[in-house]
Amino acid sequence: METLPPAESAVVQRIASDLKGRPGPLLEVLHAIQAALGYVPAGAVPVVAEVLNLSRAEVHGVVTFYHYFRRSRPGAHTVSVCQAEACQSMGAEALTAHARRRLGIDFHQTSADGRFSLEPIYCLGNCACSPAVMIDGRLYGRVTPERFDALVADRAPSP
Amino acid sequence: MTALVYVPVDAGALSLGAGEVALAMAAEAARRRAAVKVLRNGSRGAYWLEPLVEVLTPLGRLAYGPVTAADVAGLFDADFLNGGSHALSLGPTGEIAWLKGQQRLTFERVGIIEPTSVADYVTHGGYQGLTRALSMEPAAIVQAITTSGLRGRGGAAFPTGIKWKTVLDQPAGQQKYVTCNADEGDSGTFSDRMLMEGDPLTLIEGMTIAGIAVGATQGYIYLRAEYPHALRALRTAIAAAHQARYLGSDVAGSGKRFDLEVRLGAGAYICGEETSMLESLEGRRGEVRVRPPLPAIKGLFGQPTIVNNVVTLASVPWILQHGADAYANFGMGKSRGTLPIQLAGNIRRGGLVERAFGLTLRELLYDYGGGSATGRPIRAVQVGGPLGAYIPASQFDTAVDYEALTGIGALLGHGGIVVFDDSVDMARMARYAMEFCAIESCGKCTPCRIGSTRGVEVIDRILEGVDGERNVRLLEELCETMVQGSLCGLGGMAPFPVQSALKYFREDFRGPVK
Repeated sequence: METLPPAESAVVQRIASDLKGRPGPLLEVLHAIQAALGYVPAGAVPVVAEVLNLSRAEVHGVVTFYHYFRRSRPGAHTVSVCQAEACQSMGAEALTAHARRRLGIDFHQTSADGRFSLEPIYCLGNCACSPAVMIDGRLYGRVTPERFDALVADRAPSP
Repeated sequence: MTALVYVPVDAGALSLGAGEVALAMAAEAARRRAAVKVLRNGSRGAYWLEPLVEVLTPLGRLAYGPVTAADVAGLFDADFLNGGSHALSLGPTGEIAWLKGQQRLTFERVGIIEPTSVADYVTHGGYQGLTRALSMEPAAIVQAITTSGLRGRGGAAFPTGIKWKTVLDQPAGQQKYVTCNADEGDSGTFSDRMLMEGDPLTLIEGMTIAGIAVGATQGYIYLRAEYPHALRALRTAIAAAHQARYLGSDVAGSGKRFDLEVRLGAGAYICGEETSMLESLEGRRGEVRVRPPLPAIKGLFGQPTIVNNVVTLASVPWILQHGADAYANFGMGKSRGTLPIQLAGNIRRGGLVERAFGLTLRELLYDYGGGSATGRPIRAVQVGGPLGAYIPASQFDTAVDYEALTGIGALLGHGGIVVFDDSVDMARMARYAMEFCAIESCGKCTPCRIGSTRGVEVIDRILEGVDGERNVRLLEELCETMVQGSLCGLGGMAPFPVQSALKYFREDFRGPVK
């Protein structure tokens, strides 16, 4: 199993120790790790298990159950395109195809330059303003391919 | 005199540029040396007019919209601060026909107040329900909820008062919990989000009343991770309520304790199922529990627990403030009170319509919605999220209430209506229903875990034109197996959209012409 660099191991250790006294703390711990490191590295699993007195299998099982927890380092910007019915009714499928072409990657992939990760998401609660996209926690509605390109261009390094 | 301008901070309004509008307002005011205070409210729910900017005048609040940052200088030129006329003028906000006809009870303050200000909340009637509750016996509070006829607005429509009574009847002296299911995962629904962002203190007050009623001292809001704006609003509002002593060890000077905490989900649709949500709150995989025991008897950490949806709990303060009978006077049959309906997808005037139960789909889709956004005929609507049936135009005269929709084999769910025009391919929507179930299945029971994947495969074969007739029969049998054999509503209801698509839109399942 992958071991963490000492600095990251210390971060994970501290987060788990700080939160272990809370009721049912594992999701809270994983959220805090992802907020700090950008993802939940495999090497964090035994550290968390040890501190919370859980088996590695239990921790691994929780990490892998939830779509939100990433197990690899994401790109500098995470682009999530809603795939749910309301957005489909307003052209999410075509927007998704456009996003794949524009970023040159498929869902769950990160671009070679490390700028963008592309993810599917199932409802952003913006269903009266479909299709919806979220980039790094910012929500966008009625996204046309042109608007998508502008949003992405804003986040690309200047040439 | 300083002019007051309202620019929504609601995520939907922000997604259309409200943040940029607010910045432009402040900058333009500074440039013109105009005394303007930009206040941030929730959304009125008329998303087709967002960003909707309001200005307070002697005539009341006047609306302009939809406003972009580029419109701001022009609004100042037109003297909008004094209600000046402009191409985007909508007149007094309360007189906009789409809003005026609504019956806003649960959403009475959303879009009106500053969301996390306790002072503004109290000025607009907030905490009167709690004050009333604190003067009542716990059993009388529960009785009021029962009398009001309030049913679970998350989708299951279980009578809220009965649930509360079960928790109240568990022996005192043990830890009890109030949990709020804010895992609003159904596509086409956003009422929970709007309320949490636009008037979070109403939810907090509702949960506090629930705690007082059943003797619970701790509450948890289980919020989906896709709602970062709601998370910020809730955390700020909870801190403000603590500060004002409406939460904590001495709620409103009553000597009673109630604490509240937000816990984040992590992108699992199944966690909207109540037992799965409890597992997740306990820090485990969100796999559903076998019932009994009911959560009201053995819920969170094995203790008696109320599990209610956001809108259910947020309706409680109004009921306590105005009386159970006042609430029950709205609605029809066994569907009492109001329902915040959400018009979504391919609809011209989408947004939130809170009305007493009983409007027909046609009234909602055409009178409120104005038909499809694309201008093409509406072919189908899906009511109640990804597990809800597709309803064809021939049934648009059905009333929106629990029993009427059940009567045509559909379900109301959380009150979301997703609209599709005549370009929709219903076989593809059926395939999506199975695909979604496969992605989101918790894996505990076989009909859901395996059945959904087989469902995608069978529909793929139908769409490829392989053995069409036989595979359609196989699909129908598979749906039946999932409905009968699944442990919870995900596998048990995912076939509903498929079955309804087969029933009403059979022509879409023909496969390629050879």
